[in-house]
Amino acid sequence: MLAVVGTIPEEDFPLVTGEVCLDTDSIRLGDRRVSVNRGTPALLAAAIRTGEVLGLPLPYAYLVGDIGLGHGSRRIYEHLVRDLPDSRFSVLTFHYLQPDVDWHNKVLFAVEEMNPRPILIADAGFMYAAKMSGQSNAYELFTPDAGELAFLADEEAPHPFYTRGFILHDENRVPDLITRAYEHKNAARYLLVKGGEDHVASKEGVHAVIDHPVNEALEAMGGTGDSLTGIVSALIASGMETLEAAILAGRINRLAGHLADPSPASQVIEVIAHIPRAMEEVLSKVGYRDDKISSEKASPINPDMTIVDILSRYRQTEAVFKQYDERAGVCLCCQALFDPLKEVAHRYGLNLAKLISDLKVAAKG
Amino acid sequence: MRVSVVAFFKKKRSRGLVGTGNQDRGILVFENTSEVIQAENVLKAKGWNIRVKGPPPEIRKGCDLVIEFPLIEELNILRTLQEVNVSPLQVVPVNSPLLQPVDLFQTKDFGRYLMVRAANMKLTVDKETQKIVNISGGGCPDVPYLAREMVGRPLMKAPIPREIGHTLCGYALQLAYEEMKRLCLPS
Repeated sequence: MLAVVGTIPEEDFPLVTGEVCLDTDSIRLGDRRVSVNRGTPALLAAAIRTGEVLGLPLPYAYLVGDIGLGHGSRRIYEHLVRDLPDSRFSVLTFHYLQPDVDWHNKVLFAVEEMNPRPILIADAGFMYAAKMSGQSNAYELFTPDAGELAFLADEEAPHPFYTRGFILHDENRVPDLITRAYEHKNAARYLLVKGGEDHVASKEGVHAVIDHPVNEALEAMGGTGDSLTGIVSALIASGMETLEAAILAGRINRLAGHLADPSPASQVIEVIAHIPRAMEEVLSKVGYRDDKISSEKASPINPDMTIVDILSRYRQTEAVFKQYDERAGVCLCCQALFDPLKEVAHRYGLNLAKLISDLKVAAKG
Repeated sequence: MRVSVVAFFKKKRSRGLVGTGNQDRGILVFENTSEVIQAENVLKAKGWNIRVKGPPPEIRKGCDLVIEFPLIEELNILRTLQEVNVSPLQVVPVNSPLLQPVDLFQTKDFGRYLMVRAANMKLTVDKETQKIVNISGGGCPDVPYLAREMVGRPLMKAPIPREIGHTLCGYALQLAYEEMKRLCLPS
């Protein structure tokens, strides 16, 4: 299940938790309704629309009011430190929160106590705190825009506001900035960089550039980055491998934006309404092959992956390996941790297709 | 007893979780010690988490005491100090005192609409009506709040980010707002 942590731009909005649904142009959590215009409500609305197509449960949310004073964010951090160790989520997405390194680290400690450990995604203020804390490598995915990427690439900058001029330039330098962010260990395992062209990258380099359809008005529209993070969070929560999910999310968000036929004055709810149709088109792979992607890298669990690879990406699969210990007659995690699945199956007489199927089910959480 | 592989990795990672201390702190530099004391009293009375300390070697201006504060809340703190007429000579990040606020703007002309970006904040205005039509970017919680208060209003009648924002994102939006006014309004 996906959980989202974020804020509502109202000072007196209380701390609320629970499943969130979409009710026309508002999200609803219990008896609280919040209109979707940008920020965390836009992220949640996009995740819900994506989840509807994929048949996912409604996302769980931790929400609190904060208009930038940080009071609400600190209350939610305090709550997370208490609540997370006993919670079970497959994906945890952090969003508009007041960046605070001390609280960030306390929350990350609480995450480390979770079993299974969720996949972590950070955007907006929490991504700033993750970078400032030097803990970017604890995250599976960051979703910066061009200005935020420059901040990640600037090892000195404590906030995008202080990014140095020689780094803060136009988008043509995105690949250079990605390289610099990884060199200084200020990037998550994957980056999904939003912009005129969306880039999906890891420390190995840029895996995909998503540049169509083109609609320049989207750059001016508040909330399109939030919708992108919502889509990719839901796709990953469905069990999809992160690289594949990031590329598809980029395509879905762009197509939804294109279908909304926006001007720079349009609002993001118009884009979110088109997510289901965009997903149908993208998931049926119309134009999908054009992306510069290695299918091998985009595959989820496959026979060439080692047990340790799978465990590091999907902690919850440990239980599956334990189930197969008896059939194998050995402890697989002890005896074959660094061996590819196909060799493990052959050596111990296991049904490879069934093993992969069981692992995929567990990976979906 | 077999140790869980996941627990092993978890333990290993937890050991690496060490806070870097002052990455998110800034320094206020004042003309003299009297101003430092006055600012300290005002900020502590308002509940800010601040500390008076000696300046880093890179700081050449001001007196021999500075105030360390949560950098993200720079805009709100400066406004609080301005209210009591105690303005710092300099505001700098603790870790890199030589860093300056961003002064590079990107402008995009959509024909009827004009967008200005400062750091991580983008402001878009309808050139015909001078109405603010969109605010995007930024990751601090005052961004959705600023957008809610400013979008749909004419540039000259909208609340000013410096006055209602609280964070460095609000500060960046203020710079975009000033640049937009420079481009759109007759001087």
